[in-house]
Amino acid sequence: MGAAASTGGKASAGWIGLAPAALSAALFVWFASLAPSIADGETLRVAWSWAPSLGVSLSFLVDGLSLTFALLISGIGALVFLYSNTYLAGHPQFGRFALFLTAFMLAMLGLVLADNLIALFVFWELTTVTSYLLIGFGHETAKGRRSALQALFVTGAGALALLAGFILLGFTAGSFELSEILAQGDALKDHALYLPILILILAGAFTKSAQFPFHFWLPNAMAAPTPVSAFLHSATMVKAGVYLMARLHPGFSGTDAWLWTLTVAGAFTAVFASLMALRQTDLKQALAYTTLMALGTLTLLLGQDSGYAMTAFATFLIVHSLYKASLFLMVGCIDHATGTREAGLLGGLARAMPVTCFAAALAALSMAGFPPFLGFIGKELKYAGALAVGSEPILVAGAMLAANALMFAVAGVVAFKPFWRPAGGPLPHAPHEAPWPMLAGPVLLAVLGAVFGLYPDLLQRTLVDPTVASLLGTTEDAKTLQLWAGVNLPLILSVATVALGLALYLAHGPIRAALARAVEAAPGFDAGWDRFLDGLKAFAAWQTRLIQTGVLRTYIFATFATVLVGLAGTMAAKGVWPAAPDLSLANWRTVALVALIVAGALLTAVTTSRIAAMASLGVVGIGVAMIFITFGAPDVAITQLLVETLVVVLAAVALLRLPVLDKPGERDRRPRDAVLALGVGAVVTAILLLVLETPLDRRLTDFFETASWPEAYGRNIVNVILVDFRALDTFGEVAVVMIAGLAAYALLRTTAERRETTAEKGEGK
Amino acid sequence: MNSIILRAGTRALSGLLLLFSVYMLLRGHNEPGGGFIGGLIGATGFVLYAIAIGPAEARTALRAQPQNIAAVGLGIALLSGLAAALFGDAFFTGQWLFLGATETDKGLPLSTVLVFDIGVYLVVFGSVLTLAFAMEEEI
Repeated sequence: MGAAASTGGKASAGWIGLAPAALSAALFVWFASLAPSIADGETLRVAWSWAPSLGVSLSFLVDGLSLTFALLISGIGALVFLYSNTYLAGHPQFGRFALFLTAFMLAMLGLVLADNLIALFVFWELTTVTSYLLIGFGHETAKGRRSALQALFVTGAGALALLAGFILLGFTAGSFELSEILAQGDALKDHALYLPILILILAGAFTKSAQFPFHFWLPNAMAAPTPVSAFLHSATMVKAGVYLMARLHPGFSGTDAWLWTLTVAGAFTAVFASLMALRQTDLKQALAYTTLMALGTLTLLLGQDSGYAMTAFATFLIVHSLYKASLFLMVGCIDHATGTREAGLLGGLARAMPVTCFAAALAALSMAGFPPFLGFIGKELKYAGALAVGSEPILVAGAMLAANALMFAVAGVVAFKPFWRPAGGPLPHAPHEAPWPMLAGPVLLAVLGAVFGLYPDLLQRTLVDPTVASLLGTTEDAKTLQLWAGVNLPLILSVATVALGLALYLAHGPIRAALARAVEAAPGFDAGWDRFLDGLKAFAAWQTRLIQTGVLRTYIFATFATVLVGLAGTMAAKGVWPAAPDLSLANWRTVALVALIVAGALLTAVTTSRIAAMASLGVVGIGVAMIFITFGAPDVAITQLLVETLVVVLAAVALLRLPVLDKPGERDRRPRDAVLALGVGAVVTAILLLVLETPLDRRLTDFFETASWPEAYGRNIVNVILVDFRALDTFGEVAVVMIAGLAAYALLRTTAERRETTAEKGEGK
Repeated sequence: MNSIILRAGTRALSGLLLLFSVYMLLRGHNEPGGGFIGGLIGATGFVLYAIAIGPAEARTALRAQPQNIAAVGLGIALLSGLAAALFGDAFFTGQWLFLGATETDKGLPLSTVLVFDIGVYLVVFGSVLTLAFAMEEEI
């Protein structure tokens, strides 16, 4: 860890790191103060209207589920901030880090508290963006940048699906307020759009919570500094998807689609991830995969409906956050102290790092599911919940047994071996105990796991029962958290877990080698991701070459051809054709002007000299200006004349640089162009005639004629409209004029500079 | 372009065009004209100058960068609209002052509308010249 190694003697980063810690702690205390009333079954809701016409409000709801998440986020957040303050002390970009992490924490709190779908989505995306910044904090390395982008793309794509799902859900339910939607009961499940909504929302939740097959970004996200991994990738952000599924559980669960999708995805992710965890040699990577396993288990539990499963969900959610954050921070301490996270190298740290060792032991025992830790209770409940599954209890319980046994083995690799087994090789630094701000977090979290295990009632009343109430609407089905429930099937499964886990731990060397061979042989998702991106880039390059030829003629041809097809097609489809025009207003003057215009246009089309073409185009413009004069619009005519003059002058300047028209072989384009030009001209004429057929609405004209002098003190109606009645429009237009001028200027300057550079290079040769 | 007749004529003509452009700007409220037309005429004066005598000389004669003139014009137009706020009116409501007005004569009318038109004049003038000078220097 380069960042940690460059500590440079400073013990902490000072107030800039402590302020967020204090903020989180204050939030934690505030949320904790709400706990008693929430435990009594109350909910707290505050709302501000945001975009009322769209049904979007900034509303927040505190109930059992959101309070549990809020306490985990703010509590672990405070410890992680305290930890990072030392871990990253002296890092040149520490301020940026603190800002990102604070922004992330607030976004995450908003996500779990939001009661409006759109507000929830906004916070959801805020966590995506802040986590992108945090994963890419080490942006000097290509790996860091790639991991950050990968996480952003995967979760961002899922979020787009989620947004679509939310919008569908909002319109289906007639409200964007979650509390109102979920109060509608089973109506949603019977709706025809239930399945599309479910698929879209689960796409968002599965990508965010890294369920198979979207799991590959999470291990890569470990490129982030360790405190970030502890916070985002164990306790909070990855649980956002789980949170969403839990939040929607009352309205969506109970259908076959819900049950099977969540059960199968969750079970597969759990088993697959725990196998992968055993394969890793980097401690942090191993933990990353165990996080995947936990997310899979939580998803699996949410697929069910029983009180056991829901109690197990609430308990395991808390258990996992406590031990996983503790273990991540512990790995950070080891990394900080020894300079490596390789399981093969580490060993014998118990003497040098006794406090870290103590915390690791407690957390790992909880993770492995030993009594009297909370992890044991969580594991018993998971088994009970799995056995209560109506359809396939054996499959679910079997998957859990396999995952838990593997977890046991991984706990041994991560938290036992580095401390008690002999070292596998020389360590980069001589190990030393981490300073207290870095120990506070892991120790406190690990001890909490033990305390809650010994006094499960404490957790039951404050968090578990209210969470179950949020999920099931009642606490009647909530099961009691207890260490000793008698000799029953879950206990027998626990014993089997320990036995199997121990065997796996002892044999983990050969297993790891076998897994590594299997993984190398199988196609990797990560490599597939790279191929996907390469394919996307190749496709983009191909279609750019196809469409963007760089030849102005082609662009203009395509533009006018589109206009022609669009307009003529519309007219043909609607069957409207103009009647013969009324030519009674024509006199010798207009006929002469039209003849002048037509002559100018013809000359422009057939001449081979650019200057002649330019000048004859000017004739066309001046002819049009004369028509304006004839029909009493002097302002328009003057403007037209001036613009025509300027265009001819500027174009003449530009023409000096252009080659002769019609190089040999290009002349045969003209018939094609002529057909197109005639077609566009005919369609536009037809449309103008159609416009003239509708009677002129004189209301505006009359208004301006009567109001111009008394209200705006001007007799030139055109100008009064421009500068007074519609001054805001004019302001916008002149702003556009200026931007166009600046843009053209910038273009011309760039070309000029490029030519100068090329010239210099030419001289250099 | 090296033509002594054009050069000599331009020195007089561009001045006249500038003068005429201001005339067109000021008469615009009651007769054909206005800031847009005025700005185009004024720009024509300098475009002519640049063609006959040279872009560098035209820039020197203009003294300010044309893009700055356009930006100042946009600012003036915006301020003239904001001025209505001082009187509690909506954005871009015209404010009028009739200097020396009597029962029969409305005196010299001054207004934020005129200020706005001056802003339009400067934007058009500056933007066209930004483009024209850049093109002529490019050649």
